[in-house]
Amino acid sequence: MTFRLNAAQRWLRLTLIGLSFISTPSLADEAPRARNLQPARYVEVSVEEAYLEVHTGPGRGYPVTRVIARGEKLDILMRRTDWYKVTDDAGHQGWVDRESLSKTLLANGEKIKLDDPLHRDFDQSPWEIGFQTGNFGGGNVNSLFTRFALTDSLAAEAAVAQTLGNASSSVMSSVGLAHHFSPHWRISPFVDLGVGMVKITPKSTIVQPRSRSEQFGYYGLGTDLYLTHRLLLRADYRSYTLFSKDVPNEDRNEWKAGFAFYF
Amino acid sequence: MESRVRVLLLSAALAGSTLLSGCSLWPFHRHPAPDSVPVEVSDAQGSTPPVVDPTVTRRQVKAPKIKSSDFELGGFIGTYSAQDFGVNPVYGARLAYHVSEDYFAEGLFGTTQTGLTSYEQLSGSSQLLTRSQRQLTYYDVGFGYNLFPGEIFIGRGRAFNSAAYLEGGVGATKFAGTTHFGVMVAAGYRVLFLDHVAAHLDVREHVFTYDLLGFKKTLHNLEPTLGVSVYF
Repeated sequence: MTFRLNAAQRWLRLTLIGLSFISTPSLADEAPRARNLQPARYVEVSVEEAYLEVHTGPGRGYPVTRVIARGEKLDILMRRTDWYKVTDDAGHQGWVDRESLSKTLLANGEKIKLDDPLHRDFDQSPWEIGFQTGNFGGGNVNSLFTRFALTDSLAAEAAVAQTLGNASSSVMSSVGLAHHFSPHWRISPFVDLGVGMVKITPKSTIVQPRSRSEQFGYYGLGTDLYLTHRLLLRADYRSYTLFSKDVPNEDRNEWKAGFAFYF
Repeated sequence: MESRVRVLLLSAALAGSTLLSGCSLWPFHRHPAPDSVPVEVSDAQGSTPPVVDPTVTRRQVKAPKIKSSDFELGGFIGTYSAQDFGVNPVYGARLAYHVSEDYFAEGLFGTTQTGLTSYEQLSGSSQLLTRSQRQLTYYDVGFGYNLFPGEIFIGRGRAFNSAAYLEGGVGATKFAGTTHFGVMVAAGYRVLFLDHVAAHLDVREHVFTYDLLGFKKTLHNLEPTLGVSVYF
């Protein structure tokens, strides 16, 4: 005899299974037991100082509601800016600042090494994203750029820029290389070189303007100023040469400044 | 006679101690190496005695990488008040990077379909712009400061982290067939209902100059929006 569930029985069964999940006790209550059974997903550290203050939020103003004593263990769940979310053996969660957490010990007895946002490690943080605004040939320019550090000194760069002039507007995309002379200095000058494409659209309110695309090359020089916490200011000058098909090559100068962050 | 016996005994004792200490060099007298300490015996030269290299292999503890969640991606809806062209629904997206607990950088993109001017409504058939020209799109890149970080309390047992922030930036607005450079200032409020989910209430002002009517005019367009974003 074959046993088949009819539709109502199937729904009843699914509902009961669903309810059994819902009625499972809170995970927070089971956290300490479950934590020992699972493979290590998080970095575990033990407190080495006399105590460790745990805040309710990722900021210096959030109140301290828990103090972890020396020798107790913590799991580091995640990082946001310079604050780390941790959980203790009892499953209580909170936020610890980078400086306090850097004094804790790993399971092998060594001090934990945390990213120091004030000193860039190009291996750990090779990417940069930034935005600059300035002047391009008399008009405004907005530029979104990214860089990837190939070495401490050499970086590949790419940018998309929009120029907004009185007579025309354009969208430029470029790739190039940048070389920093002293990448570990707080003020770090660089030169860069690259090529790209530009689509120029003349401004016209009477007739539909006809846009044109050109290739260009550029060289430039500028400087970074490392401010704080993965943030830097960048100001640079670039000289562009547009390789026009119909008219002689055109030169344009660009000055711009903005910010970037690395990660 | 007695001194000779003493000399003999002393000589025997010396010889015995020398032999015993020499025996300690024999390999079978060595204590067995612990399991965790591998012992490599080199006999490459054949005739040379085996050289023991007591290399202790450290147990490599590779700690998992700590996840970071400094980026924030989200969407918003609201109203965009285009000066002369009415108040219309707007929707858009935001991508932010939280540099520190105080500062964040943010890129915004929004679009709205603007309406008719009062002149167009009164005149009936006269249209200043085509439908595609009425589509207003903008992008802005700004820098924000968390002015008042804090918590909000809902009931007795729930607290959520929050922050009131100020923001300023530059960008461009495409409207009436032309793209205009502009600046943006904003004030907002963010509540994190979960560690990775935030709700936003923002009021932005977009300022740019255009010459649609034959003379330059500076517009101040207000845009209040509500949004949701996730951290990653």
